[in-house]
Amino acid sequence: MAESAKPAIELDRVTKRFVSPTGKSFTALHDLDLTVAAGEFVAVVGPTGCGKSTTLALISGLEAPSSGAVRVFGEPVTAVGRSVGYVFQRDAVFPWKSVIDNVAMGPRFRGIDTEKANTEAHEWIARVGLDGFERYYPHQLSGGMRKRVALAQTLINHPRILLMDEPFSALDVQTRALMENELLDLWASTGASVVFVTHDLEEAIGMADRVVVITAGPGTVKGSYRVDLPRPRNIAEIRFQPRFVELYEEIWNDLRDEVLVSYERSKHSVAS
Amino acid sequence: MSAQSTASRRSPAVATDAAAEDFDAARARARARRQLLVLALRVALAIVILGSWELTTRLGCHGPDSGTCAVDPFFFGQPSGIWSQLVTWVEKGTAQGSLWEQIAVTLEETVLGFAIGVILGIIFGVALGRNRLLSDVLGPYIKAMNAMPRVVLGSIFTIALGLEIPSKVALAVVLVFFVVFFNAFQGVREVDRDLLANARILGASQGQLSRHVILPSALSWILASLHTSFGFALVGAIVGEYLGARKGIGLMIATAQGTFNANGVFAAMFILAIVAIIAEWLVTRLENFLIKWRPNAITEVTI
Repeated sequence: MAESAKPAIELDRVTKRFVSPTGKSFTALHDLDLTVAAGEFVAVVGPTGCGKSTTLALISGLEAPSSGAVRVFGEPVTAVGRSVGYVFQRDAVFPWKSVIDNVAMGPRFRGIDTEKANTEAHEWIARVGLDGFERYYPHQLSGGMRKRVALAQTLINHPRILLMDEPFSALDVQTRALMENELLDLWASTGASVVFVTHDLEEAIGMADRVVVITAGPGTVKGSYRVDLPRPRNIAEIRFQPRFVELYEEIWNDLRDEVLVSYERSKHSVAS
Repeated sequence: MSAQSTASRRSPAVATDAAAEDFDAARARARARRQLLVLALRVALAIVILGSWELTTRLGCHGPDSGTCAVDPFFFGQPSGIWSQLVTWVEKGTAQGSLWEQIAVTLEETVLGFAIGVILGIIFGVALGRNRLLSDVLGPYIKAMNAMPRVVLGSIFTIALGLEIPSKVALAVVLVFFVVFFNAFQGVREVDRDLLANARILGASQGQLSRHVILPSALSWILASLHTSFGFALVGAIVGEYLGARKGIGLMIATAQGTFNANGVFAAMFILAIVAIIAEWLVTRLENFLIKWRPNAITEVTI
């Protein structure tokens, strides 16, 4: 059945070049192929600067590919898609809006009247565990709480595709494990396809159905690993399972070379 | 609050409550003492400056010729003379009508010029900030106009718009516009790219992007410019009146200058200072109201 259904996301020999302010062109992605099935949770790992974030920007429609095709549910991506949700690495909640206004933004942008948007926002705020914080401003919240606001803000639009760019990298370890579990719970109830970018291999294996390794830039797919760990998972404990350790070793062998390449390059660029 | 919590960690509850209260009371007393000291020093400073001014303009005077004094009050005025000038204006009115009317006219020009200048500055700043082509085309012209000493435009406005309010408002607008414009423009350019991307993903149209992301983000820049630009509006109104008017504080200064009345010039300056201080207070209130979402708004260096 999964074979016959259209994949949620298809990147077909995608290349993306940027022009730097000095006029030099820089290839972020080179002939990248990636397919994500409907409802699949894919983690993308790779060394710093391998074009992971660029991949998400292409899928979301924020950026257009230099060559190749990007399709979402079979349709070529030409503008920012309405079925896409995007959780950014840095805080992207709006500091001048209270929690409730932040969460209600999506529905209001999409033409739903204020009252109905606020009712929905209340539900989502409760669902991410921020009941009672509706009138707070982001600067009054902790980093973890702001991430919850960002999650509610994104999920309220019922995205069929959820893009996450190292969403929890700025959180402390305990908060992070909590948020990872909560994300998995929320995701299980939505059935969205997820592309989760991270540099943390443990996080990738713990959360995803499949882990994709991207090469040191220009980024292209080096390997793809199915994670056959049962769900529901508990992120804090899953890393003790023998199968987890096996997968970790297998994927790390692939990833290590790329990390080394990237590290050598950054050393040279600093030296020169 | 923090003092209480650190104290309660150290020893049992009852004793710490009393200790914390003592601590708070001592701090409150220290703060009150300091405030009193600052106030006393301020008053003392004013007495020293005004007193020495008054004294030097009275010292060594003999006969009817004020030129014999240590400092000639005919040219430099003296505090008592300024005060009696103020009293005369309040009680008997000025040469061109009641004092309050002059203040009202100048304020009307200032506020109108300020409001129009701010609105135009924001509109153009946001438009050019968002539109690269527009800013590339208009950029050099705006820089050239900004480099020009715009006060000279006052003469043109007086010729073209006459001696009534519009010529002063026009000058104030021209002075205010550029300050607000450059801040709004910069504010728009500095908008966080992630916030823009997030709003676009959430479904914002171009108009919604402007309203919900770009304007609020640029607002702190714009508000910072309001302090400076209200001063500029006042300069525009006063200089405009000075160049030619039937009413206003600027005209009072011009009249006082024409009759070699130094005390009159100083008295008008004193009135302007009070108006400016009240305006500054109002702008700060507006600012605090508009950016209550910010933890510690640092917009300008204050003392």
